[in-house]
Amino acid sequence: MKKVVMPLVMVAILALLPFLGVQYAGLSYLFGVIIPYTATVVLLAGFVFRMVDWLRRPVPFRIPTTCGQEKSLEWIRYDRLESPHRFWEAAARVLFEVFFFRSLFRNTKAELHKDSNLVYGSHKWLWLGGLAFHWSLLIIVLRHSRFFFPMVPGFTDFLEHADGFFDITLPTFYSTDAVVLAAITFLVFRRLNDAKMRLLSLQTDYFPLFLIAAIVVVGVLMRYVVRLNIMPVKDQMLRLVNFSFDAPGEIGALFYVHLFLVSVLAIYFPFSKLMHAGAIFLSPTRNLPNDSREKRHINPWNAAIKFRTYSEYEDDYREKMKKAKLPIEKQ
Amino acid sequence: MSKYVPKLSELKKEFDEKPSVLKGDYSAREWWDIPVEFRDGNWCFPGKPEVLADLGFANPRKWMATDDDWQLPAGWQKIISDGLQSRLKKYRSLKLFLDSCVRCGACADKCHFFLGTGDPKNMPVVRAELLRSVYRHDFPLVEKILKGFSGSRKLTEAVIKEWHMYFHQCTECRRCSVFCPFGIDTAEITMMVRELLNLIGVNNNWILAPVSNCNRTGNHLGIEPHTFVQNIMSLAEDVEDLTGVNVEPTFNRKGAEVLFITPSGDVFGDPGVYTMMGYLLLFKHIGLDYTISTYASEGGNFGMFTSNDMMKKLNAKMYHEAKRLGVKWILGGECGHMWRVVHQYMNTMNGPADFLEVPVSPITGTRFTNAAATKMVHIAEFTADLIYHNKLKLDPKRNDHLRTTFHDSCNVARGMGMFEEPRYVLRNVCNSFHEMPEDTIREKTFCCGSGSGLNAEENMENRMRGGFPRANAVKQVKDRHKVDSLVTICAIDRASLPPLMKYWNPGVSVYGLHELVGNALVMQGETKRTTDLRENTMAGFENGGDDEE
Repeated sequence: MKKVVMPLVMVAILALLPFLGVQYAGLSYLFGVIIPYTATVVLLAGFVFRMVDWLRRPVPFRIPTTCGQEKSLEWIRYDRLESPHRFWEAAARVLFEVFFFRSLFRNTKAELHKDSNLVYGSHKWLWLGGLAFHWSLLIIVLRHSRFFFPMVPGFTDFLEHADGFFDITLPTFYSTDAVVLAAITFLVFRRLNDAKMRLLSLQTDYFPLFLIAAIVVVGVLMRYVVRLNIMPVKDQMLRLVNFSFDAPGEIGALFYVHLFLVSVLAIYFPFSKLMHAGAIFLSPTRNLPNDSREKRHINPWNAAIKFRTYSEYEDDYREKMKKAKLPIEKQ
Repeated sequence: MSKYVPKLSELKKEFDEKPSVLKGDYSAREWWDIPVEFRDGNWCFPGKPEVLADLGFANPRKWMATDDDWQLPAGWQKIISDGLQSRLKKYRSLKLFLDSCVRCGACADKCHFFLGTGDPKNMPVVRAELLRSVYRHDFPLVEKILKGFSGSRKLTEAVIKEWHMYFHQCTECRRCSVFCPFGIDTAEITMMVRELLNLIGVNNNWILAPVSNCNRTGNHLGIEPHTFVQNIMSLAEDVEDLTGVNVEPTFNRKGAEVLFITPSGDVFGDPGVYTMMGYLLLFKHIGLDYTISTYASEGGNFGMFTSNDMMKKLNAKMYHEAKRLGVKWILGGECGHMWRVVHQYMNTMNGPADFLEVPVSPITGTRFTNAAATKMVHIAEFTADLIYHNKLKLDPKRNDHLRTTFHDSCNVARGMGMFEEPRYVLRNVCNSFHEMPEDTIREKTFCCGSGSGLNAEENMENRMRGGFPRANAVKQVKDRHKVDSLVTICAIDRASLPPLMKYWNPGVSVYGLHELVGNALVMQGETKRTTDLRENTMAGFENGGDDEE
């Protein structure tokens, strides 16, 4: 299983680098200042570049995938989300994809049973796992905003309280930490467990999963096990936010592992499938209204072509057309 | 049955016994290590040299997919990679769909070809990877450092063979795109790869011969004007024999209100011709001022399965002819990919159609604002509107000898969103209608297995496999509700579903929607009807024609 082991080894090496670098080579400035800045620049510039690169390519045809009744006759109800007719309906369709993974919710599983019978069943595990994964990641990222502001913002407080609802450990246990780890475990295992998934998965599918898992695990270790002193961490993050290039204070090496892996993820992001985060907004099968018979969609490069005109056709078939008593233009 | 298909018992045995990815068997082989095998029944004959020469297409020659040497033109790698680059610049869809897949696998078991073959390369995600892997090769540096990391590979002749095989095992039906969280549409990728393959002369005669015909004679079947008229007139005579009504179609008539365009399969092929008889009866019934063109005598558009330019070229005839004849608007017959082209491409490619008027039904006064720009109305919309306004005298009992189910055609379903109109018409013209299981209809409908130009006889095994999910769903309503009639609104369905039913579900016949309309229409001045348009006895009307005895 080279395609699973390779990414695992890569993530392990990546995690070891900052640990060794800070602990034994005193490279805390490299891992605490230079790399995070570089990563941020690459992420932002790369993301913008990729989006612009997509956006400047034309959408020659209006090709929504219609998953519901179109707007046609007045007495037939049309499906505003699945066959949007107006811009805001198409926008709602995209937002439902972004926030609730609507298309994945449709998922079915096909099974070939005895006597050549195909059976379809509802199969919402991927939807649930994907939703749990993305939402808990988002909440975790937002929770981290406490490190970026001198005063903890109100919404961070709210998120932390909500997330720490099950107040069972000290420090307060965040349910998203458990959810995201469970979701990653599920997402990795479904790639290994199902023959189809195993076959279609590539190294680039395992790598980000392992990378994110490593980031979360290190974060969890820092918070619940090693109990890292967070004040110097917050000081360092505030320095970074304020574009300060001062050297970081005394922070445990585990923090550098966490920060470095996040930096790797940020650098990897714009050049990989993780760009689906931006692509989902642009997909022409989802973000266009199904109104191409009502309004003309313009293709900027609409190629000029020569077609066979009626007169050329009549020239070829005039005698036969006369015999068939068809009206003709020229005698 | 065809010599290009195994016996049903053999295929069923394979389904039951042979391990496959579909049934959870992981052979531990990566997809790129699995060789491509062309054998009887799984490929279409290549374009004939004279057809290619006629179209001005690249690399005309005699060859077969089973040959070792495909005689690709010199510098073919550059032709392909330049072709890909230029298409990436022209189509955001292509670039996005190549970039954004996360291989979540939601599409994997949605493809009818995967369900019928169990071949991993028929999973839509892997089908797209066949191109993606080559596309990614643009970043050879990453590859060199991290060998095999992104799953890229060189463009070799073996890859071309693989593309030819698997992009002709995709019918551009878009079912995968319904389930994809990013709406990635394999049809877009298949269309692009087929364009690329055509650049180096890797092609399919069952697509290119109709394209050439359509360019020359106006229709895929290559029917010349006099024969076209003859065919429809003989159908009109059949109608008169059966009903006593003279339907009087006109051809190339200037000043008609409506130009009617339908796939040529309805003029020539069985059972399409019965649908044509239905149209003729309907137009007579409502006294529509319409004409049929021998020049724009094709609704379908096999250019769509060839290249964007060819699709535009063949489609251009519709507006050109509508303008010449001075009609007000265009009415389109039952067809699948024709309506994908008309609905999503025509006005963009060949519009604006400002010489036409916003379609208004002369019978009901309904303004078809949904077709305000393209000015072309689907016959099912048109008829549904007539029925809704009570303008048709229908006797649904005349279809009591049929127990029907409805097959949504892929393009009309997922490229247009027309689900209710045909069902409304069907419910009004027959009394027995049962839906197939919900995961196999509407936006989740399964392709007939022969769409997008794969309907060749020599491709029969693939067609029977690709059509298996559809046939299996029909079997369920056949067993449960004794359904014996599969109603469609697509000319390719009418050509491809009869052999599919014969293979998987003997006893099920295929009907066009308007054939059933034609059966049910009570015409003014008609003779007593005892048989339907196929001259099958109608249940309960056996004694209707005693005057004949």
